[in-house]
This record gives sequence, C-alpha cells and structure tokens, in this order.
Amino acid sequence: MELSLFPRDLFAELDRLQRQVQRAFEFSPSIRGFARGGFSALNIASTPQSVEIYGFAPGLEPKSIEVQLERGVLSIAGERSPALPDERERATVHMNERFAGRFHRVITLSDDLDPNEVRAAYREGVLHISIKRLESAQPRRISVN
Amino acid sequence: MNEQSAVSRGTQTALEEPALLPPVDVIEDDSGITLYADLPGVPKDKLTVQADGETLIIDGEMALEIPKDLEATHVEVNLPRYRRVFSLSKELDPNKLSAELKHGVLKLRIQKAERVKPRRIEVTG
Repeated sequence: MELSLFPRDLFAELDRLQRQVQRAFEFSPSIRGFARGGFSALNIASTPQSVEIYGFAPGLEPKSIEVQLERGVLSIAGERSPALPDERERATVHMNERFAGRFHRVITLSDDLDPNEVRAAYREGVLHISIKRLESAQPRRISVN
Repeated sequence: MNEQSAVSRGTQTALEEPALLPPVDVIEDDSGITLYADLPGVPKDKLTVQADGETLIIDGEMALEIPKDLEATHVEVNLPRYRRVFSLSKELDPNKLSAELKHGVLKLRIQKAERVKPRRIEVTG
C-alpha cells in the first residue's frame, strides 16, 4: 500500500482500507465484478414510468462517454486522463486518489424498459440516464363499470 | 483573532452535516500547489472554497435533477454533500488562490509566497 506523508491522507487511507475490506468480504459479488467502489459510482432509482440511473463520473468529455443498452443490459464506458504531471517535470505528487484510465460498468436492468425511450445527459460530472418503461408495463387504472 | 473565529465557525458548520470525502490529487511544483477534487453533481453556486489562515475547506452540495416519485433501488453515493479540510503550510499564500470547476472536477491553484520559491544555491569549493 502506498503511504504519503501528507497529513490529511490518513482519512483517504482509511477510506481505501474500508473499501478493500468491503470488497474482500462482500457476500455475493455480481458476476461482472464487484458491485461497489468502482468508477463511476452508480445510483439507480425507479419511478412507475421510468428507471433513472446516475453515474458519478466527473472530468469526462461528454462526447467520449459510451452508453449502450442491449437486451436490458446497460453499459457505461469511457476514459479519464490522469491529472498528474509527466515524469520529466519538476513536480511532486503528494496525493493521488483520483481514478484515471478506462472504466466500464455494466448493469442489468429489468426487462420492461423501452430501448427507444432513453435519454442521457451529462451535467456537472454526473451522467443521468433515464429509460422509460414500456407502455404495456405501466400500471393502469382499470375503470369498473 | 478575527481570522481564528472565522475558522472555528467554519469548522462548526462543517461538522454539523455528514458529508462524503472527495478523492483528490495534490501536485506541487516550484511555484505552488495544484489540487484536483472530484465533486460530481456540485454546481458552481453550491461550492465553497475557504482558505482561512492555515486551513483550506472545500464544501460542496449536489444539485441533481430528480424526478418525483423516485424510489432508490441501488445506492453507492449516499450523501448529497462533499467536504474535505486540509491544513495549509506557511509558505502557501491563501490570497493567491484560483479555483475552476469543470465537469464536476475542482481545480485549485495555490501560489507560494514570493520569498519562499526555491533558488538554486551554487556550491563552490
């Protein structure tokens, strides 16, 4: 484990340790890897009409983000370039916690979604994907005569 | 004295609400320090960067567009707030601080005070 002498780094180390422990003991990881702690972090929520996915992926070029929906499986991929200076420069890296490189996250969604009704927007580093449920799957009030 | 009370006030409000610890990169070169912090979801007007005396506080609140009747099914980001506090060392000049927020990444640049910039010392003999 890398250790830094920067005073506040202790919290980052604890955070990292906690994540490692969590990974090691997670009861049943998803078949595509660990459910938590990856880049980008994901929050998923649903409404009666749609499924809303929030990907916390700061520092990307909106055009470079690849979002694919195929047979109820949503994949989000992209690449984030490192902020660190290259080795020839006279600079010291005190803390290096931010993710850099290629990432790819895959989520299995429910099968009542309409692949033609997907909206994706990237604002303030959050990728918000909204997928409508199929008309036929939406709850309907049935009038009684 | 003023400066001190400002710091303690800031710290108090900071302690009230739980917050996420954003990951950072800190890089130092001859003229100063550059800090990058990941703050996805925080708009410019909800971000506070405070450099009081010897403390740097980054505090940001998310403003996500959330439809009504939303029910969370999987949550990895569980708080709407980020906060991180750093101690600044003396050679950094808190008045020479610039901040830029783009796509959820904060880039902070803190210059070193003129007198402490490194000078190459010639060794003779």
